[in-house]
Amino acid sequence: MNAAPIIIVGAGHAGGRAALTLREQGYNGPLMLIGDEPHAPYERPPLSKGLLQGTAELGGFSLSAPLALQALGIEHLAGHAVQALDCDARQVRLADGRQLSYSGLLLATGGRARRLPGITPGWSNVLYLRTHDEALLLRTTLRPGARLVVVGGGFIGLEVAASARALGCTVTLLEAGPRLAGRVLPTEVSESLLALHREQGVDVRLDVQIEAFEGASQVEAVRLQDGSVIPCDGVVVGIGMQPNTDLARQAGLDVGEGIRVDACLRTGAPGVYAAGDVCEFRLQPEGPFQRQETWRNAEAQGRHVALNLLGAGQPFRDVPGFWSDQYHSSLQTIGQLGATVAARRSLAEGGFVLFYLDAQQRLQGACGWGPGNSVAKDIKLCERLILAGQSLDAAALGDAGVSLKQLLRN
Amino acid sequence: MSDQWIDVCAVDDIEEEDVIRFDHLQHSYAVYRSADSEFYATDGKCTHEAIHLADGLVMDHVIECPKHNGRFDYRTGKALGAPVCVNLKTYPVRVEAGRVLLAVGA
Repeated sequence: MNAAPIIIVGAGHAGGRAALTLREQGYNGPLMLIGDEPHAPYERPPLSKGLLQGTAELGGFSLSAPLALQALGIEHLAGHAVQALDCDARQVRLADGRQLSYSGLLLATGGRARRLPGITPGWSNVLYLRTHDEALLLRTTLRPGARLVVVGGGFIGLEVAASARALGCTVTLLEAGPRLAGRVLPTEVSESLLALHREQGVDVRLDVQIEAFEGASQVEAVRLQDGSVIPCDGVVVGIGMQPNTDLARQAGLDVGEGIRVDACLRTGAPGVYAAGDVCEFRLQPEGPFQRQETWRNAEAQGRHVALNLLGAGQPFRDVPGFWSDQYHSSLQTIGQLGATVAARRSLAEGGFVLFYLDAQQRLQGACGWGPGNSVAKDIKLCERLILAGQSLDAAALGDAGVSLKQLLRN
Repeated sequence: MSDQWIDVCAVDDIEEEDVIRFDHLQHSYAVYRSADSEFYATDGKCTHEAIHLADGLVMDHVIECPKHNGRFDYRTGKALGAPVCVNLKTYPVRVEAGRVLLAVGA
């Protein structure tokens, strides 16, 4: 009798990376990767940028070509949803009724774009962006001269707005809060984003509430609570991600905002792990549960969980971080951004890096903003400074004449 | 086909343990100076998603891509692990009269 396979539910970035890592680490047993999308695993960041703008295609940001998965003996069940999980019987059931036993299970079910409440389901020009196929659909709407309303001033909304401007659309961006990406970015970076988008011709409206969408079969205008009416050809909603936790919840696993795991990314059920956007984890033993909806986390946890599926038993540790590209500028963050900026370093062409220190003057986090990828070097050095845990002089951090590499080696 | 040596820059235009981008005939190169002042060159774009490596960080003999943290040994072009799996092409470099020269078309 053959051993039961390791089954990965969710063929996104985390699930795909886990599958590839299992093979890379020498696991030769049966391996199944089950996902409801029709594609081989791919990275999502290009969806809102290169794919929308027509400068990147799926093959360029796939983790592995379908044939390469096959060659590695990774059985990819594309377009299949897993309907139920029985942790006692160690089985999953597919939508087509098949029951599959597993020796180890990874839940990397990710999430879906959060729906805007009160939308008539039939409106075909209200679009979301989470998957490749959603991005392709959106791309057909972004014709030159099209009038687009973007709901939500977070990263998806902002990157879509930038791509739509590059394609010649007229863009109005609506944000309910007082600043852009206000939940995760320092005020100065929010302000830089706002200035850039306005300079690029986006009509950004902060502190606004939508009263109603108007139109018969399509949304023809968005009416705001302040009485203003914005005529449009299409609406993109970017108001966050809804983690896909139903399967885990129905199986009786511990679910908060996401699927809760211990330090080794294990759920409460034997042999069942979680990773990626859906995984709710703690970076310190008594620290708060958190989820990270980032490329970096999908990559790092996907890899780490594969090692633990093979018995490594190692706690997951990483410094969280993310980036966003808009027009020809980019922001990058690393670590935890606290309430108070301890130092600010000015870079060329309006770029800057903000540093956050703890009470012992150790670096906790940093956020940089500037043209192209110009902040990348400094942010990478900040990551190393965070890990080094040495006390730092705020004045030196703020002095662009002092190399961060030198501080690291002091 | 024999190498064609192209003038890149003065030796001191690249800091020690750093990298610059050099474009020639619609091709991007990354030209490195190690901590002990040896010079190397690779293709300029990461083999993962074609990001310019010159915005990345050089530590010892490793270049780390600015976006996805893919790492390469820039002396050999060897990819050092996921997300990069395809090695970088490398190019001969020499120093002559204080100038860094790159061999293209090798």
